[in-house]
Amino acid sequence: MSLYFTIAAVILLFVIIFQIAKASEYVDILKGEERSRKHNNKINGFLMIVFLVLGLIGVYYCHEILKGRLLGESASVEGEKVDSMMNLTIIVTGIVFFITQILLFWFSYKYQEKENRKAFFFPHNNRLEVIWTVIPTIVLTVLVIIGLRNWFLFTGDAPQNAMVVEVTGKQFGWIYRYPGKDNEFGKKYFRNIDDATNWVGLVWADNAEMNQKADPAAKDDIVLQQTMYVVKNKPVKLVIGSRDVIHDVGLPHFRLKMDAVPGIPTSLWFTPKFTTAEMQKSSGNPNFEYEIACDQICGNNHFAMKGIIRVVTQEEFDVWLAQQKPLYLTAFPDNNPATVPGSPATNPAGAAPADSAKNATAVTMVSNERKN
Amino acid sequence: MNNEGVIGTQTDVGHVHAAHHDHDGDHHHHHETFISKYIFSMDHKMIAKQFLITGMVWAIIGGLMSVLFRMQLGYPGESFPILETLLGKWAKGGTITPEAYYALVTTHGTVLVFFVLTAGLSGTFANFLIPLQIGARDMASPFMNMLSYWFFFAAGVVMLSSIFVETGPFSGGWTAYPPLSALGSASPGSKTGMDLWLISMALFVVSSLLGGLNYIATILNMRTKGMSMTRLPLTIWALFFTAILGVLSFPVLLSGFILLIFDRNFGTSFYLSDIFIQGVGALPNEGGSAILYQHLFWFLGHPEVYIIILPAMGIVSEVMSTNARKPIFGYMAMLGSLFAIAVLAFVVWAHHMFVSGLNPFLGSFFVLLTLLIAVPSAIKVFNWLTTLWRGNLRFTAGMLYSIGFVSMFISGGLTGIFLGNSALDIHLHDTYFIIAHFHIVMGVAGIFGMYAGIYHWFPKMFGRYLNNTLSYIHFWVTLAGAYLIFWPMHYEGLAGMPRRYYDYSNWESFKQFVGLNQFITIVAIIVFATQLLFLFNFFYSMYKGRKVTSQNPWGSNTLEWTTPINPGHGNWVGEIPEVHRWAYDYGKDGHDYISQTTPVGADESRH
Ligand code: HEM
Ligand SMILES: [Cu+2]
Ligand SMILES: [Cu+2]
Repeated sequence: MSLYFTIAAVILLFVIIFQIAKASEYVDILKGEERSRKHNNKINGFLMIVFLVLGLIGVYYCHEILKGRLLGESASVEGEKVDSMMNLTIIVTGIVFFITQILLFWFSYKYQEKENRKAFFFPHNNRLEVIWTVIPTIVLTVLVIIGLRNWFLFTGDAPQNAMVVEVTGKQFGWIYRYPGKDNEFGKKYFRNIDDATNWVGLVWADNAEMNQKADPAAKDDIVLQQTMYVVKNKPVKLVIGSRDVIHDVGLPHFRLKMDAVPGIPTSLWFTPKFTTAEMQKSSGNPNFEYEIACDQICGNNHFAMKGIIRVVTQEEFDVWLAQQKPLYLTAFPDNNPATVPGSPATNPAGAAPADSAKNATAVTMVSNERKN
Repeated sequence: MNNEGVIGTQTDVGHVHAAHHDHDGDHHHHHETFISKYIFSMDHKMIAKQFLITGMVWAIIGGLMSVLFRMQLGYPGESFPILETLLGKWAKGGTITPEAYYALVTTHGTVLVFFVLTAGLSGTFANFLIPLQIGARDMASPFMNMLSYWFFFAAGVVMLSSIFVETGPFSGGWTAYPPLSALGSASPGSKTGMDLWLISMALFVVSSLLGGLNYIATILNMRTKGMSMTRLPLTIWALFFTAILGVLSFPVLLSGFILLIFDRNFGTSFYLSDIFIQGVGALPNEGGSAILYQHLFWFLGHPEVYIIILPAMGIVSEVMSTNARKPIFGYMAMLGSLFAIAVLAFVVWAHHMFVSGLNPFLGSFFVLLTLLIAVPSAIKVFNWLTTLWRGNLRFTAGMLYSIGFVSMFISGGLTGIFLGNSALDIHLHDTYFIIAHFHIVMGVAGIFGMYAGIYHWFPKMFGRYLNNTLSYIHFWVTLAGAYLIFWPMHYEGLAGMPRRYYDYSNWESFKQFVGLNQFITIVAIIVFATQLLFLFNFFYSMYKGRKVTSQNPWGSNTLEWTTPINPGHGNWVGEIPEVHRWAYDYGKDGHDYISQTTPVGADESRH
């Protein structure tokens, strides 16, 4: 009901506007083209200056309302560089913005058509043109130099003491892998992936068909979903990949992001400055979490592809890590951890072949599916 | 600017052609049927109108889509029965589903970028203005020109049909990155919908190649006597560079699409490797690179954004100079910067891929080149400002939109400086900052250029005027609305709010913008309604508008205003006029304007 009412109101408004427009056109014709043009010109010239003033007020007002909803201080050491560069760029572009917009609307107002004004024939002026070629070039060069120094820092090698965590995107969530006791990531291969037991496809068993040998290093790898833990003030390097389509590890609080591409590992590193608990206090939001937002459209649940990074102190981290079990043991709980490495006899018989048989049917299914 | 030096460099070829068409033109007048005049027309002016009206239809469809998905963003989860009426199963219970949301976003992007701002803008004005402003009877190949329109039309039909397939239209974003776009099992929109999307885009590429080659050939060969390249109005230069960009980059896009079609249908692995799809299992593909597609796509994608903006720049330069009653400032610099932009447009594509895992060292070159492209952009802005300075400005609707264009181009160009610097892009990529940047600098500015052109040349197209009052309301509401919509989005982007999210309410980091999103939605609806006002003005004035009574209503120098008020096929009755000067002698030696056809007087000052 209210819908029809709204539509009726809108149509009425349109009709009124149209009638006014029509009437003013008749008035124009009566007044004569020349006079009505001058009249309209005055109105629009005036609106130019009105728009300028209201616009400037609007820019200020918008900033006042929204500045409190920005991110606050960077939560990573590297992010501070992003912030300072951002501030510099805002200042530089802000100056240009205000100067050019003010000139644009001011000129429009000031030089509106007047009876006694003659347009100034001014087709070119080399000196002016050189000036406004050279100055932007210099300013941009400065910004590029600062930018590239940061860029090489962000994309360069992580510090020696960095903790390494592997992050894998999938539709629609994140999988994290820690290297386990041996501090070494075991081999993985995507054909071993099993959504129930082996989320990233660790090479746990020999498989002649796929030409692979079980990797002992894979058996103590800790694999998790939803939440990952990192340590305050300790650099962390994320090795990023994807199981299916392209995703992106977006870390607004740390000011970084990196795509997760199937088949092509990428990486990024940063040093968290505040624990999650500290952020909950300082932000005044008891529910605060460092959220990983997927930043590359990846399907219909893209918007819900959330991960959590919990930043904790070293002690908390050690306690947490000690509680984690390697995925291999979760997948095969009856295995006695002591006898597992290197003893194929204890492998549940047939586990691997069953797996690959399943994969094989899956593959034929896929090739049909993809034709649709 | 000294034109005297180039008098008489006109090639014979052009003259011969013109003479030939002279005869042709007369010929056509006699037996025209409805079909040959309005449907399969080979008159460039009619084809221009076909492009324009088709573009406008798509603008309405695409705009309406944005209103629909903005409803979801502004009022997530709320139920609007009208949505169910409109969308049926895609909005069960009055709430748009994520499938429908992503399909709408994707189609909106594709349609606006390609159908409206490429075909609708350069298709319209290249066809309309090139022959009229260079002094030719028609295009080099009127037949190819007609084909170009009909390929575009077919592309539209296929795109439209994709909306009605069972699994929905493509929904992976207008950039269509694989593997998402390659695998029907990864997203329902990537099934039949994507096949249709690809077919539609392939047809579109053909259309734009046919058009582009024609524009280039026409500009190079068919200029009237005396119309040397450096006397061309800037509109023509802009359209010329646009056509070159299109001809060189669209084939690369097409090749990217062909590989994608192979991956989708013939089991190849150009873009696919190491993929496990939930519920399906591991795919056989190995060894492909998903990044390869991005290179191919953006090799077109970046030039594409300039394909959109260059015609707008050309139109604005022309309209602004005419209505400032003053020459465009720095014609040569304007031309040089167009050239620089066109060249640089080919070597900056990877700035869309800074966080794709691109080699950082390679990335640094793209930073340098990207920020370099800001220099010619800056030059253009300063030149427009100087064109206004000490002018005698007439605020026709075309002029208002030209001023609005410059304002938008400044605002959006400046945010490009943030994004081109990879160290900042690492934070801003794929957030609302990008949405704000490209809607302001390309979307709104491009549309403003188009409106400037429509308002300025409407009298030439239809022999009638648009209603002024409606035009002014249209302009001021649209300008203010565009800023209200897109300016606050910068803040959302700075806060890291990702683009292409269906709902933000479950995110601690982004839910503070609920109120803002609502505000933006409301303004978007108002601005959309205002565009309907324009649409009404357009069609009403086409039939009922005030009639044009003078041949040159804006007091303009260019050749199109030397044709009859309603020019027939062939444009000029009798001989095509000869050109004696550049297009921008406004306010020279005390004359309000001096048409390009006026010979240079003996005592005329040089400049
Ligand atoms: C001043 C010069 C400009 C610079 C330095 C610049 C820079 C950039 C950069 C680096 C990006 C990628 C951002 C990202 O995805 O992370 C970008 C995105 C974009 N720019 Fe610009 N830009 C400029 C002007 C323009 C112009 C004139 C247009 C169009 C007419 C334009 C249209 C776009 C579009 C459409 C996108 C987004 C595409 C997408 O991801 O969907 N830009 N710009
Ligand atoms: Cu994702
Ligand atoms: Cu670009």
